[in-house]
Amino acid sequence: MWKYILKKLLLAIPVLLGITVIDYAIMSLAGSPLDMLVGPRVSQGTLAARAAQWGLDQPVWMQYLHWLGEVLRGNLGYSYKSYQPVSEMIGSHIGPTLLLMGVSMVLGMLIAVPAGIYSAVHRYQKRDYAVVSASFLFSSVPGFFLSLILIYFFTVRLGWLPSGGMVTAGVGGGAADVIRHMIMPALVLAVGVAGGNIRYIRSAVLEILEMDYLRTAAAKGIGRRLVIRRHAVRNALLPIVTVTGMQIPVLFGGAVIVEQLFSWPGLGLITMNAVLGRDYPVIMGVCLLSAVVVLASNLLTDIVYALVDPTIKY
Amino acid sequence: MRSSKYRAVWQRFCRHRMALVCLIILTALILLALLAPLIAPYAPQKPTGQFYQPPSAEHILGTDKIGRDMFSRVLYAMRVSLLVGFLATTVSTAVGVLLGLISGYFGGAADKIIMSFTDMVMSFPYILLVLVAAAIFQPGMWSIILILGFVDWPGVARLVRGNVLSLRETNFIKSDITAGMPRRYILFSEILPNTIAPVLVYATSVFAISIPDEAALSFLGMGVQPPTPSLGNLLNGAESLSILTGKPWMWVPAGAAIVLLVVCINFVGDALRDAFDPRNS
Repeated sequence: MWKYILKKLLLAIPVLLGITVIDYAIMSLAGSPLDMLVGPRVSQGTLAARAAQWGLDQPVWMQYLHWLGEVLRGNLGYSYKSYQPVSEMIGSHIGPTLLLMGVSMVLGMLIAVPAGIYSAVHRYQKRDYAVVSASFLFSSVPGFFLSLILIYFFTVRLGWLPSGGMVTAGVGGGAADVIRHMIMPALVLAVGVAGGNIRYIRSAVLEILEMDYLRTAAAKGIGRRLVIRRHAVRNALLPIVTVTGMQIPVLFGGAVIVEQLFSWPGLGLITMNAVLGRDYPVIMGVCLLSAVVVLASNLLTDIVYALVDPTIKY
Repeated sequence: MRSSKYRAVWQRFCRHRMALVCLIILTALILLALLAPLIAPYAPQKPTGQFYQPPSAEHILGTDKIGRDMFSRVLYAMRVSLLVGFLATTVSTAVGVLLGLISGYFGGAADKIIMSFTDMVMSFPYILLVLVAAAIFQPGMWSIILILGFVDWPGVARLVRGNVLSLRETNFIKSDITAGMPRRYILFSEILPNTIAPVLVYATSVFAISIPDEAALSFLGMGVQPPTPSLGNLLNGAESLSILTGKPWMWVPAGAAIVLLVVCINFVGDALRDAFDPRNS
């Protein structure tokens, strides 16, 4: 098992390096951060000094190698805008993002798994069609439109929920306050997760329901409920684990827009600002982090998969 | 022979009543968008009434902040959004098919490089890539098309590669190779036509993704730029509270159009998948 994990880790390294190379290349194409400084009150001398200070006077591949060297020494660089260390900025914003992502994932799966199983068990009945149609609707509503609708009803009309931030300014704090702020953004992300997964889980369960061992189990006469609970659902765990892993990059991306809309103080917010302001070190830091998150979640999926499925040999 | 195959596919498609309804709605929406210059009561860019008028007999969906007719703008926006979705899908499908064909047919080093590149693009938070790319180019319709097109291809590439790998093992391709047929003929006249159906089905799902993606980018102000209307940038105004609360005609129709389009495309795509590949239903 350890050997397997080690092998997977070693395989992930070139992919990670590749991703950072692509990122750096795309970002450099985006134009120089110096463009953002240009103005009537900035002299050529200042620009040249800035370029030298940030290493922008060197060729792109030199800049990249320099960045990589610093990262290997544990230094993600400093923001061009706020002069804060990037690691500190990420550190202070990652908590809210992870919280939001975690809650949405759990919420989404709590909707998707029972709905998918229910739909598969009642295959080709009205209830099945209703669930499948709902899942299409869920995955078709753009997150930002759903956010607007939710804000319209729960903030504007009913006044129940705050429309932005993570804590109430001034009063601030307390788990209940955070939960109140999180309901809408988490719901938006969860609907997306559920929409994509209901059909997937449904077809996974359907496939299992046709297996011989289920017929055997049914033939034993232990009753439909037990057959499904003990034999079908357990075997459906495998595909469920896989989709859960696949959700992580999707959620990470979805969080950017939702965080922006609800001014949730997470990574999405600093990412948007960094992209708009061409803040190279921050963009690279976030990209590196997201690549690590994605690869780690792939690895974790593989491991859990191996644990759940006894037929997999490493 | 061929026509009877397609008749069977059509019959299986028709079994999905929901999909049939969606196909009709979709056709109607596409027609509305295509014929917008004939149907729209006003020019989309010209102020023709008072500011912020609620829906009335002259302006069925009201007017916007400078008095342009919202119904006409929504029609033209649908045109833009459908065009972006369609072209982005075409670009990504073309890229994916080409890379998938090369990867699957030639194997070896080409396959390894293409597939690891595919993995990299796939394991990247999608929207981050799009955002960074959108920051590079001047925002606008054509850059959105290219960005979405060059981000959406990995799924197609994988699908085509898998199909090519299995087709290579079939007797008719093996006999082509033995007979010394030119490579171009084998790739484009034998392998490609046999993998077109799953690619088309997959393309519907890419289409269904690129419409909300365009909308999200335009909504954030990084996509299609006003005054050209797109379903995303029509919704942009709703970020201000007074429009969100007091002027629902400014944003509800555009949002509803996105949802309707995407739901219908998804339903049709799903039924198509089922119709082409009955084993998986």
